Amino acid sequence: MLLLILAVCGFVVARRRGDAPWALAFRMYLIVGGVIIAMRVVFRIVFGGGQGDVILFTLPQIPLPEWAAGIRLFGPVAVEQLLGGFYDGLRLATMLVCVGAANALANPKRLLKALPGALYEVGTAVVVALSVAPQLVESVLRVRRARRLRAGRQRGLRALRGILIPVLEDALNRSLALAAAMASRGYGRTGPLPARARLLTGGLVILGMLGVCAGMYGVMDGSTPRYLGFPMLVGGLAVAVVGLLLGGRRVGRSRYRPDRWRAAEFAVVASGLATGGLMFLSTRVDPADLYPTLSPLTWPEVTVLPVVAILSGVLPAWLAPPPVTTIDVAPAAAARPATTAPRESVA
Amino acid sequence: MIRFEKVSFRYDGADSDALRDVDLHIPEGELCLVTGRTGVGKSTLLGAVNGLVPRFTGGRLRGRVTVGGLDTARLPLQEFAEVVGVVGQDPLAGFVTDTVEEELAYGMEQRGLAAEVMRKRVEETLDLLGIAELRNRPLRTLSGGQQQRVAIGAVLTNHPAVLVLDEPTSALDPTAAEDVLGALLRLVHDLGTTVVVAEHRVERVLQYADRLLHLPGDGTVVSGEPADMMRHSDVAPPVVRLGRAAGWDPLPLSVRDARRRATELRERLAGRRPPPRPANDATPVLRARGLTVSYGRDIAVRGVDLDLPGGRVTALMGRNGSGKSSLLWALQGSGTRASGVVDVAGVDPGGVSAAGARALVGLVPQTASDLLYLDTVAAECRQCDRESRVPPGTCRALLDTLAPGVPDARHPRDLSEGQRLALVLAVQLAAAPGVMLLDEPTRGLDHHAKERFRTVVRRLADEGRAVVVATHDVEFAAAVADRVVVMAEGEFVADGPTARIVTSSPAFAPQVAKVMAPQQWLTVAQVEAALSDSEVVA
Repeated sequence: MLLLILAVCGFVVARRRGDAPWALAFRMYLIVGGVIIAMRVVFRIVFGGGQGDVILFTLPQIPLPEWAAGIRLFGPVAVEQLLGGFYDGLRLATMLVCVGAANALANPKRLLKALPGALYEVGTAVVVALSVAPQLVESVLRVRRARRLRAGRQRGLRALRGILIPVLEDALNRSLALAAAMASRGYGRTGPLPARARLLTGGLVILGMLGVCAGMYGVMDGSTPRYLGFPMLVGGLAVAVVGLLLGGRRVGRSRYRPDRWRAAEFAVVASGLATGGLMFLSTRVDPADLYPTLSPLTWPEVTVLPVVAILSGVLPAWLAPPPVTTIDVAPAAAARPATTAPRESVA
Repeated sequence: MIRFEKVSFRYDGADSDALRDVDLHIPEGELCLVTGRTGVGKSTLLGAVNGLVPRFTGGRLRGRVTVGGLDTARLPLQEFAEVVGVVGQDPLAGFVTDTVEEELAYGMEQRGLAAEVMRKRVEETLDLLGIAELRNRPLRTLSGGQQQRVAIGAVLTNHPAVLVLDEPTSALDPTAAEDVLGALLRLVHDLGTTVVVAEHRVERVLQYADRLLHLPGDGTVVSGEPADMMRHSDVAPPVVRLGRAAGWDPLPLSVRDARRRATELRERLAGRRPPPRPANDATPVLRARGLTVSYGRDIAVRGVDLDLPGGRVTALMGRNGSGKSSLLWALQGSGTRASGVVDVAGVDPGGVSAAGARALVGLVPQTASDLLYLDTVAAECRQCDRESRVPPGTCRALLDTLAPGVPDARHPRDLSEGQRLALVLAVQLAAAPGVMLLDEPTRGLDHHAKERFRTVVRRLADEGRAVVVATHDVEFAAAVADRVVVMAEGEFVADGPTARIVTSSPAFAPQVAKVMAPQQWLTVAQVEAALSDSEVVA
């Protein structure tokens, strides 16, 4: 089941990603996911953990002193134990890959454009912070290369200092230059907006967001009482929207070539919602479907409903416009079924 | 348009004023060139025009600065965006968005202009600066000259009455710099924009300037006509110095002016030749064969053969991205190399440890300060002696010969550009390499620091080392190099004695060569020496 989600993500990304740096990061997410799975399995082998009946092989157990009772090093390795570790890792890795897919498809700066006007300044700060990361990597590489020229040591604390200081200096200089450039180009002009109004809209937005989060949690988690779910979600959304509208109305800023909301975007969002909705339904029907059982040991079974749910997530691969013209933020929302659905509210 | 009234400015914690009693008026529509040595307050003066100084830098400003009647002390910095456009040295550092069109629209979005107005202005600006074909390109993939033109365009869309540029061409190769200056001239002539520009390489802008603002270094600003000011200026470009040497009055400001006057001078010097530079036949210290450097699918250097004789200075020229830096790094052994061999005294620097490579070939990278990380000059020198396993004091002694009088306790960051370069050079020389590679060393050096650095480079070579200087600075290359290698697309397209290479290509010719062609004079010093000789003979 999780593998299916992975496949859907991979497919949508492969079909609709651009060639921007953030799009290329998807491979890195896959690798990190793989590492997580491997780590989980290795830990299970090293530290024992989950017990099982079907012993695969037995490693020599290392006796530990009294005070470390309860921790076992090596020893018998059971299939259940390995599979348990594998599933755990897979679950984490799937979440990670979903986030990665969203990241690969959505240009963070376009996401910023879609943000309501009231949140504009926060958004810009976030995006600028995001763009610092690749620049930092760039300067670390440059400084490391320079260190080699001096035949300085490449490892250890001293070397760290040698790399860190020029890099931080560089980053500081750059951010100051950027801040100066943005200010002299008119960023952050407040116009005649009174401070109280700003406080009010900010408060409303934050309150609304909190409500949305709580509501989402209620909806996603099958075990919480129903009244916590939808009403909370709807209420929170309403408050947040009011706050944003109030804030946005007072912002004297305009957009150059805003992204238009067309049929394709609707289709993509609909398929995303369908995935989320169907998944939600299937957990209502039988939550156990999603988690393969360990005892008794069986092949994981796949039921129809969740499969349909996940497969509907693949639709944007055809529905979304190809990336040459636009890379929309919406396919990202669709490519994240169930596991990361709360983010849909952001997109 | 711009008026400074009794303006003084002092940075927090500074002992003296960066600007002192500046009274100044720049009329509308002028192109105004700001000159002066590094650290005399050029950037401070420019920053004061839109209020970046002191609002952003801190410090205390007395007096009044007004632009088009607006007082910078009254209005916040952001509101000045539509009056004053500011373009910095590194365009990439100031970009907020990631494609050309969005960047052009950014400033207008901040002002809340209507979408139709923005569309129209973006199109106009794209055409005005000749960057229409770049409209959808990501900013990071553009060349330096294109980036700088986009940065200018991005402030122009707000239709500012004043454009302030702080060293807009200092990171650009000669051709890209011409593009940017060409775009600026169009603005001055077609739109009547008032332009204030600071530039180290005065020779590029002087001929177009209507007014010169010179900062002698004591915080004052002297304003005047370029031709008058140049009579006594200590930062005169080669044509002006040639004019002084030949006794022309008024002084020529452009190659064209000088060329029209030079017939008589050429006749006086007919039959004389500049002293020949040593030929490149000495035994090579470094020998590279079939050197190829590639990054993924991009090939930066394509199967290059290079011999570097000891005691000679080779200038490596070519546009940005032509493979100069990649070649230097590959020669040093630290950079990647896809194929080829390098041989320095029988050893390949790419095959030995970093310390070993360092003792064979030294390299001063483009951002030299990357090599420095300790708090004081003395600590850097000690650390360097330890790293290079040389007796204590070696590095300090080298530094004293390169740049005497650098205080021990000073933080490397507080040194002047020239002193910092000397420190890095000393650090690299401590390992006693036989080959020294310098990547864009003159970037950020003012006229005087450059003169001093020229003698340093010459001395490195005279002590028997092979020296390579990758540079965009044609005047510097003409003055210092015995041989010029021109790179394009990772290949050598020209290689030979300086006089032959630089006089055969207008892009790489120094001003004196352009004035004196077909005679092969390269520097004012050569002409001066020849003139004084001829007087003695006469």
